[in-house]
Amino acid sequence: MSIAVSSPPRRRSTRLLPGFRLSLGFTVIYLSLIVLIPLTALILRPWELGVAGVWGVVTSPRVVAALKLSFGASAIAAAINAVMGLIVAWVLVRMQFPGRRLLDAIIDLPFALPTAVAGIALTALYAPNGPIGLWLAEFGIRAAYSPLGVVIALTFVGFPFVVRAVQPVLEDLDAGLEEAAFTLGANSWQRTWMVVLPAIRPALITGVSLAFARAVGEYGSVIFIAGNLPLRTEIAPLLIVVRLEEYDYAGAAAVGLAMLSLSFLILLAVNGLQRLMATPGAGR
Amino acid sequence: MALRRRAFGQPTALNNHMPLIIKDISKTYGQGHALQNLDLEVGDREFLALLGPSGSGKTTLLRILAGLISPTTGDVSFDGADLLSLSARERKAGMVFQHYALFRHMTVAANIGFGLRVRPRRDRPSAEDIKRRTDELLSLVQLEGYGARYPSQLSGGQRQRVALARALAIEPRMLLLDEPFGALDAKVRRELRYWLRRVHDETGVTTIFVTHDQEEAMDLADRVAILNSGKIEQVGAPNDIYASPATPFVFDFLGAANEARGLVSDGELHLYDARFPLADAAAGEVKAFFRPHEVEINPADGRGFLAEVVGVIARGPATRLECMRGDQMMEIDWARGRLPDGVARGAQIRLAPERFTTFPAGG
Repeated sequence: MSIAVSSPPRRRSTRLLPGFRLSLGFTVIYLSLIVLIPLTALILRPWELGVAGVWGVVTSPRVVAALKLSFGASAIAAAINAVMGLIVAWVLVRMQFPGRRLLDAIIDLPFALPTAVAGIALTALYAPNGPIGLWLAEFGIRAAYSPLGVVIALTFVGFPFVVRAVQPVLEDLDAGLEEAAFTLGANSWQRTWMVVLPAIRPALITGVSLAFARAVGEYGSVIFIAGNLPLRTEIAPLLIVVRLEEYDYAGAAAVGLAMLSLSFLILLAVNGLQRLMATPGAGR
Repeated sequence: MALRRRAFGQPTALNNHMPLIIKDISKTYGQGHALQNLDLEVGDREFLALLGPSGSGKTTLLRILAGLISPTTGDVSFDGADLLSLSARERKAGMVFQHYALFRHMTVAANIGFGLRVRPRRDRPSAEDIKRRTDELLSLVQLEGYGARYPSQLSGGQRQRVALARALAIEPRMLLLDEPFGALDAKVRRELRYWLRRVHDETGVTTIFVTHDQEEAMDLADRVAILNSGKIEQVGAPNDIYASPATPFVFDFLGAANEARGLVSDGELHLYDARFPLADAAAGEVKAFFRPHEVEINPADGRGFLAEVVGVIARGPATRLECMRGDQMMEIDWARGRLPDGVARGAQIRLAPERFTTFPAGG
């Protein structure tokens, strides 16, 4: 064996996790193929219309109405899911009752069901001659073929996100926190609002953003229940399909670009909000 | 394990007034008994340690006092009033948890002030009063200037001090500590131990401290209650318990112990091939216990019972001898300088324990 003489050992940055370059490279390539390249195509496509053309498409009354409906109904659905999902997660984690496991399994059904099936089922229920639709009609409420129908469908498809985001965090929450608050004299409302909710807030925000994002992109379930009247109950994804069927690819891409930008801005804002509310150094 | 005497000051002067009376408390979970017909009285301004192995029911008792669980049967009174019927707010039992249970999203100051802020409006101190009280407590726990930090920015020892300040903020009638130093390393533990005793002496609040560490209990408490399987084995001042343990369990739990079976007759303990004078024991078969460091080592023709040395382990200031007598292993700690001549592995020596504690056999 030879002994290395005075050649200074080559300095190598040592990392604890092996394969840093490999995994980073893989991540970048994968993300590019799956997300970035299709998105780039979407971003580039509409400009063959020219800036004014794109602006004209995006600000046309029908597109504006569709975008308003898509984002507005998604926001309402996400808000409903925030409240209901939180309650359901709470019940699943905190209460013991027969059938709890069954209920837990049912939560994921909106994920598993083809959304078109969900749309047809919801339409059958809420149509003016359906069982719930008949009952609602007595109060003069029209659910199917109205913006309300869009909200119902979007609430349905977004529901699991909030439950599944909040549930594990709630399960792992240190029981000592609530016990400490109890011994300090906090009543059950104070324990919930001042101790539990702040602890699960990041998870709740994550779940709500996911539900919102899912609702914005939803297509299958909505088109059956919405009625799809331009300017009234036509969602933006449907409008894109309509444009595609008219062979107006650039116009479809322009609407898509508008959706993409709005979604991006909203998710960015939510992210910023989350960072703002996070306590410094609060490791999870 | 060396048991030290109380390292600071005199024991808190106790008056005979016992405000906290725990009477015939039982707690059952399904088939199991966490507590069985337990009676205990705790004095005003007293520092009481509940000492026992895990599963002995000490934490269950503490949680009953805090109102986190209800006993299956029994009564607890405080100053003559039924404690069990009081709400947590009326009980004023400040509790400190092993894992701190600080509110992560609140600053240190907000954590400490929490118990004041959740009071109903008519009892709630003003914002300035809460701030003043918080500052006082921060200085009591030696964390001045840490009020604006978050718990995640503190060390374990600092967090537990914040938790203690938070519990003290509600001006508790009793302070309940559930293995408060269990998650800390040995050095911080010892520092906090003395510091906790000082805080107790300054505030004078009746303190009940749960631990499984006998050294901690002996060091800190005015009195120690030793629990085993949901029952109290013995209550008393640390030195009294150590000097005269009431049961084999207590003797064993309070430190390393050697056990041998013997026979008492005519004021003598017959142990193996030796006899030892033993005045105050009833005749009959006994279990005799002796401490590893209270043994005289003699040559094979000297006093004591014969044993073979099977191991010699130097352990700092003391030397540990492992001796076999029949199939019984005994440990001897020799801390009196050089080992006597002829003591080595394989040698036959005679062991003469200087002090025995005996209990009737079969107990």
